[in-house]
Amino acid sequence: MMHNRSGLSSTLVASAVVVMLSGCVTRPQPLYYWGDFTSQQYAYFKGDKGPEEVIQSLERVREEAKATGKPVPPGLQAHLGLMYGQTGRTDMFEQNLQAERQQFPESSVYVDFLLKKNQNDKAPK
Amino acid sequence: MNAKRSFSQYFFMVLAASMLLGGCATRAPYDYTAFKEARPASILVLPPVNNSPDITATHSMMSQATAPLAESGYYVFPVALVDETFKQNGLTTPPDIHQVPGPKLREIFGADAALYINVKQYGTAYMVISSETRVTAEAKLVDLRTGRLLWAGSATASSAEGDGNSGGLIGLLIKAAVRQIMETVSSKGHQIAGQTSARLLSAGRPGGILFGPRSPMYLKEGVPAQ
Repeated sequence: MMHNRSGLSSTLVASAVVVMLSGCVTRPQPLYYWGDFTSQQYAYFKGDKGPEEVIQSLERVREEAKATGKPVPPGLQAHLGLMYGQTGRTDMFEQNLQAERQQFPESSVYVDFLLKKNQNDKAPK
Repeated sequence: MNAKRSFSQYFFMVLAASMLLGGCATRAPYDYTAFKEARPASILVLPPVNNSPDITATHSMMSQATAPLAESGYYVFPVALVDETFKQNGLTTPPDIHQVPGPKLREIFGADAALYINVKQYGTAYMVISSETRVTAEAKLVDLRTGRLLWAGSATASSAEGDGNSGGLIGLLIKAAVRQIMETVSSKGHQIAGQTSARLLSAGRPGGILFGPRSPMYLKEGVPAQ
């Protein structure tokens, strides 16, 4: 009997704690699918990896993101564009920068700046 | 005997509950007036100034700043491209970049705010019986439209502490969401820098930045101020 009652009271306390905690901590989900993007950014700075290797990794992250139904994080498609640019594929550079702008309109001023620069580099006056 | 034990169990559960709740309530009040008036949507992370002897600190911190800020609801400019843009304009050192006038940054990047990070400590200290890897950094968020300081903070993380709830909820999220490649032993500093960055730049922590427009927590943060 005694055992039962203390069991009941601890259940009550435990559930009260859960209710109170969930009231103040709504368990959020990540906003983005990251994959190894953070590591790829670091590798870029260290000069560890060639652009082809990074392109493969980031294209994989983009596919995995699509499969999980989450968006890719800010900067991923722009970074991918930069990598394509370094291999001489300016069309893919532009395409991925446009994709960045479409996903994040906050980037539009900078994307314009980069695209304009790219145009100027392609056709020097 | 039985009743006594259940009383002490009960007492500890209440104590544990109040500790947990205390952990999630806001503590020291931080003046968010300027932040709330500005409500930036995009953040330009400038290459961090490094005051430590380890030359990798700048790039390590810079690459780890994106995740906590993005998961807190901000657009974060692609750090590799930002670095390239500065280089192509002849700016190669973080102290020089930190001197670029706000209006110029606003013109090129169109960012609402810029984040100035200063790495105070980065690396491993070898002591007699053990070694410790510690990363300490401070940061300032400045509105590029008005030049106002919106927020300032600092954080530290160390290999000597337990791997507890280091970056608040966002920090835990990042740990779960980001697939890190652990390369060599030398990546220890980079790993700790990730914890420092999560503590420094995650919204929803006492004295931390506020949630940005892309977070479901935007405008809902915190317990109502007393």
